[in-house]
Amino acid sequence: MLAAESGLRLDLDIVDYLILVLYFGTVLGVGFAARRAIKTSADFFLSGRSLPAWVTGLAFVSANLGALEILGMAANGAQYGLLTLHYYWIGAVPAMVFLGIVMMPFYYGSKVRSVPEFLKRRFNKPTHIFNAISFAVAQVLIAGVNLFALALILDALLGWELWISILVGAAIVLTYITIGGLSSAIYNEVLQFFVILAGLIPLTVIGLVKVGGVDGLFEKVRQSPLGDAALHTWSNTGSSADNPLGANWIGILFGLGFVLSFGYWTTNFAEVQRALSAKNMNAARRTPIIAAFPKLLIPAVTVIPGLIAAVTITGLGAKEGDLTYNNSIPLLMEQLLPNGVLGIAVTGLLASFMAGMAANVSGFNTVFTYDIWQAYIRKGRSDEYYLRIGRYATIGGVVIGIGTAFIASGYGNIMEYIQQLFSLFNAPLFATFIVGMFWKRMSPWAGFWSLLLGFLASLALYIAYLTDAITFNSALEQSFWGAGVAFVVAVIVAIAVTFFTPSKPEDELRGLVYGLGGTSQGTVIVSGEKVWWRNPVVLGTIAVVLALALYIPVW
Amino acid sequence: MADNDQVDEKKLSAAARLFDVRRVIGGLFVVYGVIVTVLGIFDTQDEIDKAQGVRINLWMGIGMLVLGLLFLLWLRLNPPEPPDPSDIDDERPPAD
Repeated sequence: MLAAESGLRLDLDIVDYLILVLYFGTVLGVGFAARRAIKTSADFFLSGRSLPAWVTGLAFVSANLGALEILGMAANGAQYGLLTLHYYWIGAVPAMVFLGIVMMPFYYGSKVRSVPEFLKRRFNKPTHIFNAISFAVAQVLIAGVNLFALALILDALLGWELWISILVGAAIVLTYITIGGLSSAIYNEVLQFFVILAGLIPLTVIGLVKVGGVDGLFEKVRQSPLGDAALHTWSNTGSSADNPLGANWIGILFGLGFVLSFGYWTTNFAEVQRALSAKNMNAARRTPIIAAFPKLLIPAVTVIPGLIAAVTITGLGAKEGDLTYNNSIPLLMEQLLPNGVLGIAVTGLLASFMAGMAANVSGFNTVFTYDIWQAYIRKGRSDEYYLRIGRYATIGGVVIGIGTAFIASGYGNIMEYIQQLFSLFNAPLFATFIVGMFWKRMSPWAGFWSLLLGFLASLALYIAYLTDAITFNSALEQSFWGAGVAFVVAVIVAIAVTFFTPSKPEDELRGLVYGLGGTSQGTVIVSGEKVWWRNPVVLGTIAVVLALALYIPVW
Repeated sequence: MADNDQVDEKKLSAAARLFDVRRVIGGLFVVYGVIVTVLGIFDTQDEIDKAQGVRINLWMGIGMLVLGLLFLLWLRLNPPEPPDPSDIDDERPPAD
């Protein structure tokens, strides 16, 4: 067994660097080419709503396939075993399908340009401001986390100084988003989707050969400290103490599978924006559903390498240094990949970091420009003016991201930090959305108070956890409960406030609320294209059935 | 930009054709495929041993080459269409 005494330093040769340089040359080339197609702010922020469903679908999954996600999920795989699959299956697929089938008719049909804009039309300005600002702040924070993670990885792998990596990484993202807008971000997301897979597949294949295939891997996991409990997804979740994840099935099903997952996938504008850029309603609805299929299979190249790392790298799981769980994939790269595929893997990792950050930045610049600047600061200027503001916002967002990169340094498992942000902002948002979309009486002020109090409830629980006033088995269990509490509080507040404040007239809610007609008739939800493979409902059902079927062998 | 609109339209569609994402993916993967396959052919025993005896560069190189060619073939068989009038967004702000 190769111990990692050699550290994480990769021995890249000239060909590996050539592969890396070719990639970034292509990325910048796409940015400059996309620039020619940009004439209006809608081109810049929404790609002129012109993209086919397979492109927006792959961009949708790719926007979530940042380096943090990949390294974090491999870390979770090494630490919690196959329970990590919940993040991919129950924690993603139902929500993605729900977004495509039920919610997209309202988003796309109402022609809103962002998620906060939907809240403005459904509720009122305070709700809009609160959401627009909290989203913008969260995106910049997460972009900072991405940047910091990239710098740490480059320092470990290539020996680059932190500040050089931060500046170079930020400069590349900044260049192609500022120049090419969302089209450029989306094209690169599609491209990086294939490159990251081309990097992770050889890693997984060689890793499996090393441990004697899937059977050999499972046998070794059984004999490791993780034990048999790490090879089951549900059967040990009767009590939170019996499985490595430290969560019971109620937490997984309700906290992760319902609140966290639906909050993230259905209301996170960095995701929804990909679907809004699709060329028509059907393509918009298929976007998250097409994304669900790769999402089902990605754990094969993230969670499995995590497990391989757990059984082949002695000492993995250190609190600091080279042997932390987050380094599972880089450690395997160092040990198993020869030059050539190594260059591809490094490129894929850097590309996926860029994609993650680009998703945050392009979400941020849109919300900042349309929802903050245009709505409240400078109304009624020309389209070119807002296009220019969008470019400045991109620069500002990247600069603040660089500054906030260091917030991330205090956390051992980066993923938990990200989950934390989502449960604080997204869980109450989903509650507000779902009640508002299906209950026409819900009043504008109910929207505001449910969002605010849901957020405060989640924050209070988080602070209680940090100060040990309430204890949980793990930070993950805390995030499940935080999300659950935020959701329940937001729903109760939404109902209660509605009884004391006036509702909006039905005329103003047409196209925004279920059952009122307008652009999104109730029938839209079940109808769709006649060809079955273009029908969102048929495709969505297949995705959910596949997710359930995949659980069977790892019950 | 001072160009008149028609020139712009032409440029735009030329750029759109050239940078159809399938061409970008196809092109990059063909290049990667060739580079990595050639490396794979000349891999030393040390490199093959590091990869647990798998000739990974050769296999991944061929795989990427095939994927790249498939994207280019798809583009060839199903070239980008001029935008369908029904797809054009009616929300574009009026030119001012």
